[in-house]
Amino acid sequence: MTQRVAQPMTHPRRSRYSALALLRHALRPTPWSRAWRAATPKSNYDVIIVGGGGHGLATAYYLAANHGIRNIAVLEKSYIGSGNVGRNTTLVRSNYLLDGNTQFFEHSLKLWESLSHTLNYNVMLSQRGQVVLAHNPGQLDVLARKGNTMLLNGIDAELLDRGDVMRALPYLDYSDECRFPIYGGLLQRRAGTVRHDAVAWGYARAASELGVDIIENCEVTGFIESEGRITGVNTSQGRIHAGRTAIAVAGHSSHLAAMAGLRLPIESHLLQAFVTEAIKPMVDHVISFGAELFYLSQSDKGGLVFGGHIDGFNSYTSRGQFPKVQDVAECAVALIPSISRLRLLRHWGGIQDMTPDGSPFIGRTVRRDLYFNGGWCYQGFKATPASGWCFAHTIAHEEEHPLIKHLALDRFERHNGFDEYGLGLWPYRQ
Amino acid sequence: MLRIHCPHCGLRDYTEFQYGGDASKPRPAHSDTNRSHWHAHVFLFDNPKGLHREYWQHRLGCRQWLIVDRDTASNLIKQVQIGPIAPASAP
Repeated sequence: MTQRVAQPMTHPRRSRYSALALLRHALRPTPWSRAWRAATPKSNYDVIIVGGGGHGLATAYYLAANHGIRNIAVLEKSYIGSGNVGRNTTLVRSNYLLDGNTQFFEHSLKLWESLSHTLNYNVMLSQRGQVVLAHNPGQLDVLARKGNTMLLNGIDAELLDRGDVMRALPYLDYSDECRFPIYGGLLQRRAGTVRHDAVAWGYARAASELGVDIIENCEVTGFIESEGRITGVNTSQGRIHAGRTAIAVAGHSSHLAAMAGLRLPIESHLLQAFVTEAIKPMVDHVISFGAELFYLSQSDKGGLVFGGHIDGFNSYTSRGQFPKVQDVAECAVALIPSISRLRLLRHWGGIQDMTPDGSPFIGRTVRRDLYFNGGWCYQGFKATPASGWCFAHTIAHEEEHPLIKHLALDRFERHNGFDEYGLGLWPYRQ
Repeated sequence: MLRIHCPHCGLRDYTEFQYGGDASKPRPAHSDTNRSHWHAHVFLFDNPKGLHREYWQHRLGCRQWLIVDRDTASNLIKQVQIGPIAPASAP
């Protein structure tokens, strides 16, 4: 392996990716330049973002691109793409019911739709459509209500009856013995999947190009306080001062916030995901089971990618419990009996923040100049662009963006819990 | 698989139990009308990476509530005690 050499601190314009650039490199092979600069920390920044995941990188990019703040460091304790941004099931959608969520996730989906052009990086958005299934008439009523809410907000939604679902997804179980008969579903055609690694790399490259320092292998060990303000961080690469400091480390939020003296309405839980061996193209939608929390899609390589519920008790182990593997496999076979002989190729566990109402937190904290973004539960990946967009606005203007006013960290103190699924109050039951 | 040594029934798979959340927080007095005390009790968690005191109910066994000290980074259980009749913060 060759040693990576740190480049000087000037910001040479990186070559843009294009068909022409690809042709040029094919005809005269020269190494592609690094996607982002290997930066060493300066002593002082306008903004420090702790966490080089999707949300942290998106925040840095939008701070630079939308708000003209370019003296920014993103501190990542490992390497870019090592966290949950590279460990999820890559779904994007905006079929939410509650006012606030509807608009926020639709903003996110709109940003996804133009992201490859915005970043000059192919994030491989595939708008293959998502079908949420209903297994009884009551569920179909709920989906109709959700679909109407979406339509009233200018979002595409189509209610499917049993026949429509049979035509779109002929491989599901429609037999008489089926435990969860299919009554219909709700289709959002603009939903789909995104190449998750490309999102991290694309935001990192675009942010770096605008002058953001992306510092890998730099673990934050504490916060610097002066006169009641947070004025920077102590790290494994030394002390770094900042005008404003932002936390975006979902999964480990409690640990980092505790360093600043904050207790959060967050528990860390383990979520497992699975990929089967590759098969020929079969599933050309994202499918959500209605009888359990279970979702499935087929990757470009042919493997079926799916996941279910969290394991259900606080965990930082990254090792899933086997009964949950069985639960998820049972869901898969109940939905699509023909995949019962497929073998699982890969299976992994990630640590995610869970909150009492299943909704995240973005905004200011009680500590001056400390901003917080976390508590994403199951929905962090699809929210990446809008989260970065709104968090950047919040940091730049020292006031919450209108789209995230309902996601304040102190909402439970004000009796303003925001519970999309009505599961209520216990993070481990969300 | 995580297994819990129930003081009544012996060593059992965790699937026989229902998790009941953080058991380390003392419940405020019933007459306490301070909202921030109740907010902290219900909504704020230490969420430690390490030893965590938590409720489990042996639902498919003796149905008793237990207090378990478990390391959240390794799942090793240090201690299991017989809990209250019903914990204050679980359903």
